[in-house]
Amino acid sequence: MDLVAILENTARGLFGEQFIYFALAAIGLNMHYGYTGLLNFGQAVFMAAGAYGLSMAVVTLGLNFWIGLVLGIVVFPLILALIMGVPTLRLRADYLAIVTIASSEMFRIIARSPSLDRWTGSSDGLTAFANDFYDMSPFQAGERYFFGLFIGNQMWVVLVGWILLAIVVTLVWAMMRSPWGRVLRAIREDEDAARSLGKNAYWFKMQALMLGGMFGALGGMLRAIGTQSSQPQNFITDVTFFAWVALILGGVAKIGGPVLGAAILYGVLSFTDIVLRQMVESGIIPNSIMDGTQVGQVRFMLIGIGLVSLAILRPQGVLGTKEEMALDDH
Amino acid sequence: MTTDLSSVLDSVPREPGSAKPDPILKVSNVRRSFGGLVAVDVDHLEVQRGVITALIGPNGAGKTTFFNLLTNFDNPDTGSRTFEGRDLQGIPAHKVANLGMVRTFQLTKSLSRMTVIDNMRLGATRQIGESLSKALLPFTWKRQEAEVTARADELLERFKLSHMREEYAGTLSGGQRKLLEMARALMVQPTMVMLDEPMAGVNPALKQSLLDHVKGLRDQGMTVLFVEHDMDMVQEISDWVVVMAEGRIIAEGPPSSIANNQAVVDAYLGSHHDSALNLEGSE
Repeated sequence: MDLVAILENTARGLFGEQFIYFALAAIGLNMHYGYTGLLNFGQAVFMAAGAYGLSMAVVTLGLNFWIGLVLGIVVFPLILALIMGVPTLRLRADYLAIVTIASSEMFRIIARSPSLDRWTGSSDGLTAFANDFYDMSPFQAGERYFFGLFIGNQMWVVLVGWILLAIVVTLVWAMMRSPWGRVLRAIREDEDAARSLGKNAYWFKMQALMLGGMFGALGGMLRAIGTQSSQPQNFITDVTFFAWVALILGGVAKIGGPVLGAAILYGVLSFTDIVLRQMVESGIIPNSIMDGTQVGQVRFMLIGIGLVSLAILRPQGVLGTKEEMALDDH
Repeated sequence: MTTDLSSVLDSVPREPGSAKPDPILKVSNVRRSFGGLVAVDVDHLEVQRGVITALIGPNGAGKTTFFNLLTNFDNPDTGSRTFEGRDLQGIPAHKVANLGMVRTFQLTKSLSRMTVIDNMRLGATRQIGESLSKALLPFTWKRQEAEVTARADELLERFKLSHMREEYAGTLSGGQRKLLEMARALMVQPTMVMLDEPMAGVNPALKQSLLDHVKGLRDQGMTVLFVEHDMDMVQEISDWVVVMAEGRIIAEGPPSSIANNQAVVDAYLGSHHDSALNLEGSE
């Protein structure tokens, strides 16, 4: 067994690209669900908004990279939140859940339709829209950085990702300790109580939906930049649920919850992946039990077992508090 | 003080829909039906400013529905209501609170996973820090926050909840939640307080203190309208009683006149003439 490879792989999982994308998406979900009580089962569509906002602006419309950034992080998510929120936020929470999950599937299916090839690149997606981003990189393309974990371009994405993550976490922290954040928590606890005290619950929920969507879009855009491609299959419903897993693992309604959860999720996925792979290769696990091609599936089974144990032993997540969990009377 | 205020109502005719000398709330021809069931059908009602008015009636009389209509948590099919001369038609519920009419709920809505003090702070209206653009600039709202907190602490003191300040509201007892909800409503600095069954689920020891608090609201110049089943409370603190049955207002008058009113007795007892007169009930 190659211990160095195991360590390196696990470290890449713990704070590499996937961790950043999903931590951002999970922070958005935390804004929606953890603080406001909104059930968003379509975070993937906000991530897609970020990815396609940038890539369509640059590739399809030939606009400037920076305009693409604004479209992807601000304009597209805001429009999406309005489309999904206006009809549903006056209703019970379940309606938003239905609309979000439907929207995310609709977007993916529409984006991959061949008739839109000229706009979205259909199932091949759009590529090579982030050259301006990599031109700004201070790192050498061929070199390895950060204890040799990341090569040049990857390092640039990861570094920008860490900075953005730090900014977003600080923003959310500052917002949630303000009176504004207090209203969101009140709406989560009881919307009618908030309304009886003069709070425009509908508008606060809309703001939370928009903001959480924008964080998701940021994650989705970084992912598109990291791979230099936005493709419909990058935004399947699994993506939404990975973000949910990260949030629940780490602890709902905790500032650090989604970040820690994403790190654990991808740390464990990478660790089990490399360990299983090496065990199969070195014959510790005989081929009659499993072979190299099954590693990918088996590690998700392990994550599943981990989640079930967590739900039984520590339902509040790693950072959550039992007292709060016990008070949840919904 | 009580006698002064109720003497204002001495000249008011004791009949449904009677006009009051200084009404803060006026309701005309309000009707609300759910499918074929007419839950509320009130021709006219005026609520006198500065007194405690009780709204009573047997189960299913439409009291809570009427309450929801008055606070715009529900909209009537037809009819109009005005609060301080202002038409409430089409105004969202949260704006009604900002106009000075605040309500509590039959099933207490304490915000469980928020501390008692945060519950209180939430009640303050027109908070600068509640706008997202200002939320990120603490210096714009820090001073107001301190004022709000000071006011909240004062009220917690008055309602004897100071020792629970930092506890989650979900850990309070049922009676304490009622107290918290009332205190929180006062953070709005209302002119009119609407209490939906303030005594439901409160133990006798706390009842007296709640009664005193409700009287305290009147002494501070607020108007109180409450729905209640507890006839002791109605007799003890209300200046005026409005009786509803089957969605209509069937009687009005000072508490002493109500128990002997034939329409009220009929409404409560219906065809069961043989059973003892007991106006208490529970929902």
